[in-house]
Amino acid sequence: MRHLSLRKLLLGIGGLVLFILVWKLVTDAKLVSPIFFPGPERTYAALVKGLSGGALLQQTLQTIQRMLLGWLLASFVGILLGALVGISKRARAFIAPMLELLRPLPASAMIPVAIAFLGFSDHMVLVVIAFGALWPMLLATIHGFAAMEPRLYEVSQVLGLSRLEVIWKLALPSAMPMILASLRLGLTISLILAVVGEMLASREGLGQSILAASRSFRSPDLFAGIVILGAIGLVGSRLLSIAERRLLRWQATSR
Amino acid sequence: MSAAALLKSGWRAALLPVALVVVAQVAATVSHLESDSLASPFDIARAFVSVIADGSLLRATADTLKAAAVGCVLGVGGGSFLGIVLGLSRIADDALDLTIELLRPIPVVALIPVVMMLLGFGVEMEIVIIALGLLWPAVVLARAAVKEVEPRLMEVSNMLQLSFIARLTKIVLPAILPQLFMSLKLAAGYGLVVAVTVEITANPLGLGYGIMMAQQALRPAEMFAYLIWIGAIGWLVSAALNAAQRNFFPAFVKGEGR
Repeated sequence: MRHLSLRKLLLGIGGLVLFILVWKLVTDAKLVSPIFFPGPERTYAALVKGLSGGALLQQTLQTIQRMLLGWLLASFVGILLGALVGISKRARAFIAPMLELLRPLPASAMIPVAIAFLGFSDHMVLVVIAFGALWPMLLATIHGFAAMEPRLYEVSQVLGLSRLEVIWKLALPSAMPMILASLRLGLTISLILAVVGEMLASREGLGQSILAASRSFRSPDLFAGIVILGAIGLVGSRLLSIAERRLLRWQATSR
Repeated sequence: MSAAALLKSGWRAALLPVALVVVAQVAATVSHLESDSLASPFDIARAFVSVIADGSLLRATADTLKAAAVGCVLGVGGGSFLGIVLGLSRIADDALDLTIELLRPIPVVALIPVVMMLLGFGVEMEIVIIALGLLWPAVVLARAAVKEVEPRLMEVSNMLQLSFIARLTKIVLPAILPQLFMSLKLAAGYGLVVAVTVEITANPLGLGYGIMMAQQALRPAEMFAYLIWIGAIGWLVSAALNAAQRNFFPAFVKGEGR
C-alpha cells in the first residue's frame, strides 16, 4: 500500500511537470500570441511580484474576507432557518415546495435585483454571496431533518425533550453529514459569487483585478490571479474535508 | 400520485407563494407604489406580456439555451471521454490525478477574462466558458462510473482482445450509460447557471443581459419578469431531464434512493 501511494505521488508529480512543460512549449512556440497567453515563468514572476509588495496580496485578502463573511452569514441563516422549517412536519409541507421551486434560480440572476436595492456597494456583493450560498445549506438541513430516523422522534417524546433539545441533541447530529457536505458546496459558490460581484460592482479584490488585467492585456497578472483563485478554492475545500472527517468520526466508528 | 392526493397536498404547497403574491399586490396598490427597484405583481405580469409580444424575451431565451446546450454537450462530451480514458488506464489516472485536482478548484468565472481576451464577446466565448465549467464534474463522474463497471466484463473484453474502440462501444459505454445521463442532467442545470452568470458579467447576449439591461434602465417590472422567467426555465429544464431519466433509466432512478 505504501509502495502504491509512492508510485501515485511520483506519477502525479511527473504529470504536473509534463503539464507545465507542455504549457511552456505551447507558449514558446507562440501557438497563441504571448500577449494573451503567458508562459509559466512569466505567470510565476507576476505571482511572486504581486504577492511580495504588489497589490495582489491585498486583493487576495479582500476576496477571501468577502467569501468567508458571505459564507458564514449563509451558513448561519441557512442552518437556522433549515432547522426551524425542518423540525416541524407542518412547516415542511407549507414551505419546502416553494423553496424547491426557487432553488434552480441561478444565484447570479439575483445580482441585478440586489443592485437595484443596494447599488454597487460592498453590501450588495455580500448579500448576493449570502443569498446564493444559502440554498445548499438550507435545503440540506431541511432534508437532513426530514430523513431522521422516525423512532428518534418517538424516543424524544418518551423522554419529554423540548423542541430545542430535539434539534440540538438528535436532529442536528443526524443531519450533520448532509449539512457538512453542503457547507463545502456553499464555500465554492461563495468564491464564485465573490469574484462575480467584484467584477460587476468594481469592488477591490481578485475579481476586479483579473478583469482589469485582461482589459489592459496584462495577461501574466491575469493568470497569477487565476492561480491564486484556484489555490483559495483548493485550500478551502481541503480544510472543510478535513473538518468533515474529524466531525464525522463518531459516525464511522458507530457503524 | 392521484389527482385527488395532489390537490390535497398541493394546496399547502401553493398557499405560501399565492399568499406572497396577493400581499405584494395589495401592498403595492395601497401604497401607490412608484419605485426604481420594486414592482407590483400586476405590473410584472404586464411587463412579461410586453417582452413576449416584442419578441425580445424569446430571442434572449433562445440565445441562452443555445449557448447552454452547446456548451453542455461539448463539456460533458469532452469531460466524459477524458474520464473514461482515465477510468480505463491506471497509469494515465495516476499521472493526471494531481494536475486535475489542482485545476478543478479554479472557479469558472475566473476564466471569463481569459476567454474574453482570446475570443472577444459573443456566443463562442460563452460556449467555451460553459464547456470548461462543466468539464471537471463530467471527468470525475465518468471516471468513477468506469471504475465501477463489473470487472468480469473487463476480463471478457481482454479475453476477446477487443480493440480500444470496440471495448469502449461494446462494453464500457453501455455499462455506464445511466451515469452519463445523470452527469448530463446535473450539467444542464449548472450550464444554465453559468450561461446566465457569463451574460450578466460580461456578454451582451441572452437572458442575463436582458435582466441586467432592465435593471440599468430602471424598469423593475421587466427585471422581475426576467427573473421569474429565468427561474421558470431552470425549473422546466430540470423537470424535463428528470422525466427523461425516469423514462429511460427507471431502475437507476430507484437506485438513487428517492
